[in-house]
Amino acid sequence: MSAPCRPVPAAGLTSIGDEMTHGPYIIALGIAAFLALAGAGFAVDRPFAQHMWVLFFVLAGSAIVLMRRTSFASSRVPDLSAYPDPSAYMDGPIRAGSIATMFWGVVGLLVGVVVALQLAYPDLNIEPWFNFGRMRPLHTSAVVFAFGGNALIATSFYVVQRTSRARLWGGDLAWFVFWGYQLFIVMAATGYLLGITQSREYAEPEWYVDIWLTIVWVAYLAVFLGTILKRKEPHIYVANWFYLSFIVTIAMLHVVNNLAMPVSIVGSKSYSLFAGVQDALTQWWYGHNAVGFFLTAGFLGMMYYFVPKQANRPVYSYRLSIIHFWALIFLYIWAGPHHLHYTALPDWAQTLGMVFSIMLWMPSWGGMINGLMTLSGAWDKIRTDPIIRMMVAALAFYGMSTFEGPVMSIKAVNALSHYTDWTIGHVHSGALGWVGLISFAAIYHMVPKLWGRARLYSERMVIWHFWLATLGIVVYAAVMWVSGVMQGLMWREYDEQGFLVYSFAETVAAMHPYYLMRAAGGALYLTGALVMAFNIWMTILGHQREEDPVGGSATGRQPTLQPAE
Amino acid sequence: MSEKHIDEVSGVDTTGHEWDGIRELNNPLPRWWVITFYITIAWALAYTVAYPAWPLVSSFTGGLLGYSSRVELKDAMALAEASRAEYAAAVAQKSVEEVLADDTLRTFATSAGAAAFKVNCVQCHGSGAAGSAGFPNLNDDEWLWGGAPGDIFTTIAHGIRYGADDTTRVSEMPAFGEMLEPAQVRQVASYVVSLSGGAHDAALAAEGAQVFADNCAACHGDAGKGNRELGAPDLTDAIWLYGSSLDQVAAQVRTPRHGVMPGWQERLGETTVKELAVFIHSLGGGE
Repeated sequence: MSAPCRPVPAAGLTSIGDEMTHGPYIIALGIAAFLALAGAGFAVDRPFAQHMWVLFFVLAGSAIVLMRRTSFASSRVPDLSAYPDPSAYMDGPIRAGSIATMFWGVVGLLVGVVVALQLAYPDLNIEPWFNFGRMRPLHTSAVVFAFGGNALIATSFYVVQRTSRARLWGGDLAWFVFWGYQLFIVMAATGYLLGITQSREYAEPEWYVDIWLTIVWVAYLAVFLGTILKRKEPHIYVANWFYLSFIVTIAMLHVVNNLAMPVSIVGSKSYSLFAGVQDALTQWWYGHNAVGFFLTAGFLGMMYYFVPKQANRPVYSYRLSIIHFWALIFLYIWAGPHHLHYTALPDWAQTLGMVFSIMLWMPSWGGMINGLMTLSGAWDKIRTDPIIRMMVAALAFYGMSTFEGPVMSIKAVNALSHYTDWTIGHVHSGALGWVGLISFAAIYHMVPKLWGRARLYSERMVIWHFWLATLGIVVYAAVMWVSGVMQGLMWREYDEQGFLVYSFAETVAAMHPYYLMRAAGGALYLTGALVMAFNIWMTILGHQREEDPVGGSATGRQPTLQPAE
Repeated sequence: MSEKHIDEVSGVDTTGHEWDGIRELNNPLPRWWVITFYITIAWALAYTVAYPAWPLVSSFTGGLLGYSSRVELKDAMALAEASRAEYAAAVAQKSVEEVLADDTLRTFATSAGAAAFKVNCVQCHGSGAAGSAGFPNLNDDEWLWGGAPGDIFTTIAHGIRYGADDTTRVSEMPAFGEMLEPAQVRQVASYVVSLSGGAHDAALAAEGAQVFADNCAACHGDAGKGNRELGAPDLTDAIWLYGSSLDQVAAQVRTPRHGVMPGWQERLGETTVKELAVFIHSLGGGE
């Protein structure tokens, strides 16, 4: 960057002292590290031993960092808990969560680009740790649970405090939630690469990691619910309904889907309590509602706070928010069977899965309407506020993918789309368009406030991010539509005598150019995220880039369309 | 805070609540939204009346249309079967040679064989039937067990070294590494490579000629032309299943690999195997 940078002092850098006494935490970490060591020693299988060594080094390393805490205070990196909270809100875990969201976002997107290239060039499969079978769950978990999960935890802590006018309940429990969740991510990710999986989609971690996540999640629920219970507002804000439904339902889904019997208490393998079609249905009851409650309800909670806040407009309709909230959570939970059309699942369950998906269309759109209509009276901000622009694009992609979903659940459509890349395109227009953009917008909104900065380092870089991301999504989704439909048509192509025209390998070969274009789309999106990471980091460090305001300045200067360099 | 408040921009009143500066307008539900929601609900209910939908204690409502995905599949398969029935029956009654002689039947059987090949055979022989290391190319005119229609049919029907079929084709070249001196193996391998004009040491090959005559000619023939009765490959045609270099040939002499192909008649039925034989015969090398 050649542009001059001007550091801005934070709003009071005086340390609030050693708020936490680390003694008990260091002892707990030490005991846990010892148990991990014992687990490695008594392990009945090699992967478990390796995984326990990973756990030991993480826990022991954390204990050492805590013991040496004071020697880090002079570091250039700002201490996350050292800023005073003038509003008495507990923002330390939120600051940490914002950084973690950016970090895991970049990691998850990078792995996504790698797996996309692995499909195009199978030679990039590096056996055994980095083959597609292990990298693919690494990508999905990194973006959904590491990036999305951290974004949800951080923003829910931010929103619940401000809309309840109450400090987070439970003291350091919020820090436990944050660090416990990072430990879950590290254990899940290293487990995949070591080959430890229970082969349940989006729920690949084995039993001991599942148990750990359950503990963290219950703590999360306690912090969130505790804060709501001690609120100083008479009513609970709509964003918090959505966050709460997400936390409660994910707890239920996670526990039921992962019911399993370990082979050994010191082994990595377990067997599910379900078998056959019951197992398949349980998996998709979980899998679909991970989309419904994690990626939809949770991020709607985010939308319901950050959109009116950024637009400085009232929410469009209170009544619509009530009706679409209850309709959404009631209907979503039954839609899972549409993932099992034309399988061994009984016809009646397939029918119900399909009709509940169709009924889900309007309740889903209720959130989009409420979000977009909140901007009525503030539409000019799309021109002047790149964060609003990002939110509008997020809502548009949300509307598009929640229309596409019900269409794809119709059996006749599903007969063509199922098992093809169309499904992949659908999930990415929702994940990159909706989940990604609304999270980015929320982070852009929060970070200057959390670190006491007057504004972001650069608003023009937000515009660059917006266009890179949007272009990336459009390329990705369009390419996957074309290749998915082509794939489905090739699979079902019969000649006039009723004989199959293509072998499977021929359909794979036909996908190659589309695989390349999809990797290019993903790379664009990743580039946008890197621009954001730089922008956020400079904002945190207190720099401000000197640039013309977006959409022309108040003094009537013409907007310059110069790139941010 | 719960005082009523009129939003200046829209002129709509708010609910009176406020959270961190966020208020809520008291707008009604959008009419089109409500109507569309009702339509989807009505459609969903109607669909569940028409199709299997509601679970009962030990059964479920079957729906007015009597739909079942199993029946749908069975009907679709029966329809496809019926459309091919006439030709398939004709193929079933004739020999592979007779099918090849009949233009209509040959065209039909070639398509049918190609479809069966795509599902069952491409995994080893490749989607273009060009084979790969250890899996024979089916496009050329070298045949280990014969390229006449009846030979191809027998090979596909019963397989090669396929344990589950008593009439499978069997041949087993002995491991000459246990019988010959290492030097002799080099010599005979050089001789074999020389038969098809590969790079070789002329002196070694000359010595190998005698080793070949003593040990190999019984199956591969005096001139190394092979013997289809025994499944012994022709060594003079520069077509190699396990590689053409001296080292690869020597390895095959010491410890020969014996590939296995399943017999397909039991799994696919005689008619499909005939169709496969017609298709393979049509690839270019059929005799």
